[in-house]
Amino acid sequence: MKGGQTLRQAGLALGLPAALLATWWIASSGSANFYFPPLQTIAQTFVEVWVSPRLLDDVVPSLARLAAGYFGAVVLGLLIGIPIGLSRALRNTLEPVLEFLRAIPPPALVPILILFAGIGDTMKTLVIVSGCIWPVLLNTVEGVRGRDEVLEDVTRCYRIRGFARLWHFVIPSASPQMFTGLRQALSIGIILMVISEMFAASNGLGFAIIQFERSFAVAEMWTGIIMLGLIGIGLAQVFRLVERRMLAWYHGLRQSQRAGG
Amino acid sequence: MNAHASGSPRTAAMLDVAGLRKVYSGSGRTIEAIRDVTFTVGAGELVCIVGPSGAGKTTLLKCIAGLLPPSGGRVVLEGQAVAGPPPAMAVVFQEYGRSLFPWMTVRQNVELPLKQKRLPAARRVQLVGDALRAVDLADAHGAYPWQLSGGMQQRVAIARAVAYEPHVLLMDEPFAAVDAQTRADLEDLIRRLWHRLKVTVLFVTHDIEEAVYLGERVLILSHAPTVIMEDVVIDLPDERSQLETRSLPRFSELRKHVYAKIQLAKQGWRPPGESKT
Amino acid sequence: MGDSQRRSDAGFRAKNLAWMQASIGLIGFAAVLELAPQLGLVSPRYLPPFSVIAAALANELQQANFWAALAFTMRSWAIGLTISVLAGASLGILIGSSAWLQAVTRSTIEFLRPIPSVALIPVAILLFGTTLQSNLVLVIYASFWQVLVQVLSGVQDVDPVARETAQSYRFGHWALIRHVIWPTTLPYLMTGIRLAASVALILAITAELTIGTPGLGRELSLAQSGGAVAVMYAYLIVMGLIGVLVNVAARGLERSIMPWHPSLRSEQPV
Repeated sequence: MKGGQTLRQAGLALGLPAALLATWWIASSGSANFYFPPLQTIAQTFVEVWVSPRLLDDVVPSLARLAAGYFGAVVLGLLIGIPIGLSRALRNTLEPVLEFLRAIPPPALVPILILFAGIGDTMKTLVIVSGCIWPVLLNTVEGVRGRDEVLEDVTRCYRIRGFARLWHFVIPSASPQMFTGLRQALSIGIILMVISEMFAASNGLGFAIIQFERSFAVAEMWTGIIMLGLIGIGLAQVFRLVERRMLAWYHGLRQSQRAGG
Repeated sequence: MNAHASGSPRTAAMLDVAGLRKVYSGSGRTIEAIRDVTFTVGAGELVCIVGPSGAGKTTLLKCIAGLLPPSGGRVVLEGQAVAGPPPAMAVVFQEYGRSLFPWMTVRQNVELPLKQKRLPAARRVQLVGDALRAVDLADAHGAYPWQLSGGMQQRVAIARAVAYEPHVLLMDEPFAAVDAQTRADLEDLIRRLWHRLKVTVLFVTHDIEEAVYLGERVLILSHAPTVIMEDVVIDLPDERSQLETRSLPRFSELRKHVYAKIQLAKQGWRPPGESKT
Repeated sequence: MGDSQRRSDAGFRAKNLAWMQASIGLIGFAAVLELAPQLGLVSPRYLPPFSVIAAALANELQQANFWAALAFTMRSWAIGLTISVLAGASLGILIGSSAWLQAVTRSTIEFLRPIPSVALIPVAILLFGTTLQSNLVLVIYASFWQVLVQVLSGVQDVDPVARETAQSYRFGHWALIRHVIWPTTLPYLMTGIRLAASVALILAITAELTIGTPGLGRELSLAQSGGAVAVMYAYLIVMGLIGVLVNVAARGLERSIMPWHPSLRSEQPV
């Protein structure tokens, strides 16, 4: 029965989380531990803290900087990655330099970027770009490099060249791998969004959490962490929806291959 | 039995391959895949090419298609030397699963080369529709290639080639990876299309029976370094059917003849008077 | 024979060419770093010339506190990585060996996974201050997911026919893991270790930067407070080099355990 199956699926999906939450609630209910207040307190504080203008004052600027940095990195990563993927000479020449640069932890660049760009929004956006660009760039290079030779021959035979070749062949062919990079970049972007605000900021989610921590407002701090978690989960879901739509052909292809088609 | 074959004298040469040579080299060592292939194909002919494995059939086809630069000799298409893939030629590859764009529908796949030719939209719609109808895939416009069976995918590739309105259709072992029943259907499809469109077809295969069934002529290749062993004229009736034609005694004779030649080729036959290199 | 000879000769030349091109790239990069500030394209206060950075680096290498900091960072890295690999691998295989466990834990894992590790920074500060444990909280949290996710992918890759065969022979739980699940999962585990190794290093340094635990990250922020810009860059170079080394070592390990496996495997597209 369809209804029974849906119920079962819901049970499986919610079962463990519900059990964990319940355990947390019960285990912390009488808690006098300073660092781990009762979950009930945290839940109440959550509403007080975040269902308020703070949502606009802190969360929105954070997300705006994230968006600017993320999409900036995506554009740069694609623009640079595609030519490198197409040319073996470029790849061989640039690969060691890129491997070195991407091994530098992006948070370590924050002090340097503060030198260049001060402590404003530009700096934070640059920090996000400097971290997000690597998975996009490297996965784009991989994706472009791995294009199918038979399809390459087809484009040559039918004289599909220049921009048309990029648009109809190279980019779609690389897009599954590109999306892997985009997904990794999203996780990195959220991390850097928070870190850049922990260093030097006057608003933002990371700023708020650190403020709470410094003033020992522990319950409020936990609500900030939960908010951050919710944002991470929410963005991941949005990403998945977008990806499923744009790569529908790829999922179909893989499914048919798995079925032995 | 000469190593140089010519088209039938009644038609002007559409494709003229002269002294084609292909050598792969890497610091001192050279592999001569193709030594001297010379033949002509007249306009509207259906010529098959067979050879043992290692005869460089695909290399030969790629050189003719302009995908590989030859090391010597030349390929001339309608009086113009081939230096890269020429616009009057279309190719159907063996790996049908990899020769269609999986992110495009059947219709989009067939239409793409036409867009490149800058044809107006109305003409494109007409060509695409005609081509898909010609291969019996009129209902599959909106499907994606991976939703189709292997035989259907190859038919889409054929439709794409046909819609392109080429003067020469090159086919590189197109039915090698397809099951026998589908292969028979596709062979008949090629004959039908060839009759209708009056296009020149060069069909490479390793299947001797297929070559004899399909072709007006069969070019037999030697083992690498490849030369043409023989140009066999297939004097079977023009109307061919799987059941009838294949049971004709003449079919059997031709098949045995080609088979015997291929056996010789496998044993290392070289043309008389060839210098030992 | 001729064919493989041809291929190896061509491959040899191609490799030589690749090395040359790589060297050109690196030298070019250093040249840009040297000339841009010298020519005034970038202010030398923000980006000292490469020669100045190199001198600062050479100087740092002679200081005791540099090596102590390096040791601290690598210690956090090694301990955190080991714990995450052990925990991630065991949990991953355990969950993977039972379809029911997989189904039950799937939503929880999908929920927890996107939570950024930096969310734990304030918690770590409160609980552990500027000690090793603070570092470990971040390192383990981030690296654990890398290993777990890869191992779970590996488990899902197990041939269902092999699994059913084992069950029909009434393999016990442990035997199933040893003979069916583990061999398939091993390549994925290696990938997970490689990814976790990079992440662990980055998080260790990040923790030092933001929390102030001893290590390369803290040396960098000390240099920042002291206004020693060239020293800051020197530390960036060190971090980059160590990162590259860790990556190369991890790939080498992957290749030595499975020379036949495509060692270019990265996170699978979707």
